[in-house]
Parts: sequence; structure tokens; C-alpha cells
Amino acid sequence: MSRLAARKAWSAFMIALAGLAAGIAAATLVVVVLYVIGRGAPALSASFFTNLPRPVGVPGGGVANALVGSIVVIALASVVAVPVGVLAGIYLALFGRGRLADSVRFLSDVLTGVPSIAIGVFAYTLVVLPTHRFSGGSASVALGIIMLPIIVRTTEEAVRLVPHAIREGALALGMPTWKAVLLVTLPVARPGITTGVLLSVARVAGESAPLLFTAFGSQFWSNPVTGPTAALPLVIFQYAISPYHEWQQAAWGGALLLIFIIFALNLAARLAFRAKFAR
Amino acid sequence: MQREGVETQSAAYAGVSRSARRGHSPFGDRLFRLVLLGAAWLVLLVVLALFVELIVASWPGISSLGWHVLANAKWDPNDGSFGVLAFVFGTIVTSAIALLIAGPIGLAVALFLSDLAPRWLRQPTGMLVELLAAVPSVVYGLWGLFVLAPIMRSYIEPALSKTFGFLPLFQGYFYGVGVLAAGILLAIMVLPTVTAISRDVFTAVPMEQREAMLALGATRWEMLSKAVVPYARSGVIGALVLALGRALGEAMAVVMVIGNKPAIAASLFAPGYTMASVLANEFTEATGQQYLAVLIEIGALLFIVSFIINAGALLLVRNVSPKRRAARG
Repeated sequence: MSRLAARKAWSAFMIALAGLAAGIAAATLVVVVLYVIGRGAPALSASFFTNLPRPVGVPGGGVANALVGSIVVIALASVVAVPVGVLAGIYLALFGRGRLADSVRFLSDVLTGVPSIAIGVFAYTLVVLPTHRFSGGSASVALGIIMLPIIVRTTEEAVRLVPHAIREGALALGMPTWKAVLLVTLPVARPGITTGVLLSVARVAGESAPLLFTAFGSQFWSNPVTGPTAALPLVIFQYAISPYHEWQQAAWGGALLLIFIIFALNLAARLAFRAKFAR
Repeated sequence: MQREGVETQSAAYAGVSRSARRGHSPFGDRLFRLVLLGAAWLVLLVVLALFVELIVASWPGISSLGWHVLANAKWDPNDGSFGVLAFVFGTIVTSAIALLIAGPIGLAVALFLSDLAPRWLRQPTGMLVELLAAVPSVVYGLWGLFVLAPIMRSYIEPALSKTFGFLPLFQGYFYGVGVLAAGILLAIMVLPTVTAISRDVFTAVPMEQREAMLALGATRWEMLSKAVVPYARSGVIGALVLALGRALGEAMAVVMVIGNKPAIAASLFAPGYTMASVLANEFTEATGQQYLAVLIEIGALLFIVSFIINAGALLLVRNVSPKRRAARG
């Protein structure tokens, strides 16, 4: 009986340890986020959003150009990655049998885990070297490649979840396949696809490694497509490793803003996903 | 149930596509299929382009310096020595530390979420851990530089040195920033990867497996450690290998806390350098063709290594996916 008691005690102990591990993991997030809020909140003011960066010692600098740069670079990446990703996802869901589809699925999953900095090197050799200048456009190439596999896989899942009966209904009424897919299947799958797009945007919004040698960063307003441009994650990095207290303070403000944007995108993605089941 | 539905559904569409090939379907359908096919091919082409471009671009480096830079530990670009061994060493050591910490904790959290926690607690805890993955790496770096590194310097490193100081691993000056700090930060960053994937494979373990073990008189922990984890073994290994892939390629957080010194030191307190962080730190400052070529070579190597690691891990995880097991019987 004492042996049984020992086994039970061991079991309870290990289960408590697992609970502790879960507590630590969840607490880590809370600690990091609360700390960023605590350090970043004092940096946020109206001028932080509307002003350009200013030299050390001049108060009132902001990240306006970085915000615009980030938005333009991500928008440009989405313009290409979203249509291609959604179409490829539809292909996988509807005609996705055979070697081509299997390779697309597998390589998309592998691509999701490839280091973003390596994709940055790719964009550098592909765009920056031939054009002889850093540019937001080259950053869009890198971010678009990072977004693509996420959109492909989530679109496939979303389209697969649409009941085949409603598509067959449309086909039985004499609709051609392309019309049935675009007008019947796609609207039903839209919340799921929206979720995927939002998640992919959230993922690249925080990427700074592939921007280092593509967008490069800038202290001024610049053409965010053809010239070097600032971007929010990049500014955080450049300010964080600077020796000046004001700039470090701005880095915390930027970090808070970035976390807020990314969590909001994640929340929106979840809500979009829920909307699917509410229908 | 759902899976079967999916099968019939794609079978129905396969039928449609067959008739399309025979030319019975309207022009619009053929065009539509062609467009979809083009998009799918484009995804493949992107991956192919990554391979080709990175290898072609690093060719000047490979042909002029050869692969023996991998065995050379001296990195002094101004002097013309481009040995990348220190980066490879730093990458392996930081990733190993990350996995040693995040592996056991991540698996414990996964078991907690799949089996142990009360139902109402599972979703919120799971969500918090998943949000850890959403925090950008540059924010982790910022936090690591201003919070973790000082804590390391004042508390953790002195304590480790006091307790385990007889080991060369825990000797030397307390810098705060260094290999150990980078490893710990990476552990936090890959924890969600370990947890999310192994939770999924644990959930996929059939209930009968658990019930049989309990019926034999096992305690809950014995049930988990002897019936659930071994059953999900290849998926768990896959989760760990995927996490390894993430840790190997992380650039921003590491570059901010590792100290960026191209040296191989026995002590974990010492500053180091990794392949990804040298790219982040020196790429835009690289002067001269050869310097840049070597950095691109490092990028290509990082890409190929992580590609292989990810592919292997995915094959392992796929082995325990519900679909495959259903096919097995």
C-alpha cells in the first residue's frame, strides 16, 4: 500500500510541476508585455505619431515616417501575396491531389519555418544588388515571400471546410465551376481566408530581420517604394542599440505600439474566425 | 467524419477537372483551372528561386574561399580572414541551451493543456502561450537587452558561478549579455512552437490508449509518461526539431543580447556570435566584394540547413497526424 501511495505522490508531484511550467510560460508573456507597457507608455504622445525622428537632445521626435513606411511596405507585399496565396490555396483545396499539390503543401510548410533573415538576403541579392539601392519595394518582396505560405495553407483549410453540398447545388443549377467557386464557395470561406490574411500581416508586421538590408531605414520622409524607408520594427532595433536615453525611450514606445498593433491583428483574426461559425 | 467529407468533396471536384481535361467544360472553367494551377506553380517557383538565387549569389564566396571557411575560427574581415566556425559554434550552443530549457517546459505545458488542466483553464492558458509567439523578435531583443541582461549579470550568473563554478561552463566575468542570455531568450521564443505542436500530437493520441493504461491501474502521470508520450514520440521529436529550426535562424533578438564577439569560449557567460546575428549586424557594413560574398554564403548555409531541418521535422509530425493513423488502421 505504501508503494501505491508513493506512486500516487509522484504522480501528483509531476502533475504539479507541469502546472507550474504552464504558469511560468503564461507569466512570461504577462511579464514581458506589462514591462513593455510600463516602459513604453510614457513615450507615447500625439507628436510620437506625427513627427519625424529628431536628433538627440531635440525633444518631440516621432516615428511617423516609420509608421507610413511599414504600412506601405506591407500593403505592397499583400497586393501580390494575397491573390497568389488565395488562388493557390483554392487550388489545393479543390484540385489538390497528386504530386504537385503535395509538393506545394509541403514546401509551404517548410517555407514558414525558414529564417526570415535568409529571405532578406534573397531579396537583397535579387532586388537591391541589381538596382543599386535599398528600397521599400525590395522589403515588400521579402515580406511577401514570408506571407505567402501562411495564406496558402489557411485558405486551403478554409475552403475545405465549406460543405461540398452547396457547391454541388450551384453546379446542379448549371453554374460553371469557376462561377460556383467564386460566387458560392469563396463567400462562405471568406472569414477563414480573412483570418489567414490577418495572421500573415501580423507575422510580417513584426519582422525586422528581412528589412535590415532591404528597407534599410531612414530619418526622413522618403519614397517608401523606390527608396530606403523607415519601418517600425527597424526603428525599434536602431534606437534600442543606440547609446542615447531618449532614443532608447523611443524604442520602448515603438515596441508598445508594435505589440498593440500585432495583438489587435491577432484578435481581429480570431474574431473573423468566430464569425464563420456564427453564420 | 469531417475528413471523409473532404475526401468525397475533392473527389467530386476531381471529376469536374477530369471532364475539363476532356474538353467538355466551358472555356471559363479551363481558364479558371489554369489560373489556379499557375498560382500553385508560383509557390513552387518562389522556393526554387530562393535556392537558386542564394546559391548563385554565394558562388563568388564559395569559389574564392572554399568550404574550408567552415573550419576556420578566425573572423577578421579587415585582415582578409573569413572563418565562420565561431558563428556555427555560437549558433549550435545557443540553440542547444534554448532546447534544453524550452523542451521539458514546453512538453510539460503541452501535457497540461492536453490532459491535466481543468477544461475552463485550457483555452486561456493556450491562448497566452500562443500570444508569446506573436510578440515580435525585436521586442524580445529589447526586453532581453534592458531587463534580462542586467538580471543575468547581477543575479543568475553569480548564482550559477557559485554553485557550478567548478565547471568551465560557468566561469569567467559576468557580462550579462552573452551566450547564456541569448539561449534563455531563444528558449522563451521557441516555447510556443514546442507547446503548440506537441499539444496537437498529444490530443491526437487515441483515448483508448489512455483508458487502457488507467484500467491497468496506472496513476495519471504513469499514464501520460508511459502511454501518451511514447505513442506521440515522433511528433514530439518533430516539435523539438521545428523549435531547433526557429532557434537556429533567429537574428534580431540574438544580436541584441549575445555580445557579438566572434570567438569560441568555453564559458557560457562569454559573449559570442551566431550565423543569423552576424548577418543582422554586419551585412550593411560589409565593405568589399569578398566580405559581402562570405556573408551571403552564411545566409545560404543558414537557409539550406534550416530547410533540411524543417523538412525532416514536418515529416516526423506528419507521421502522427490523425489522417495518417486512420489510414494505418
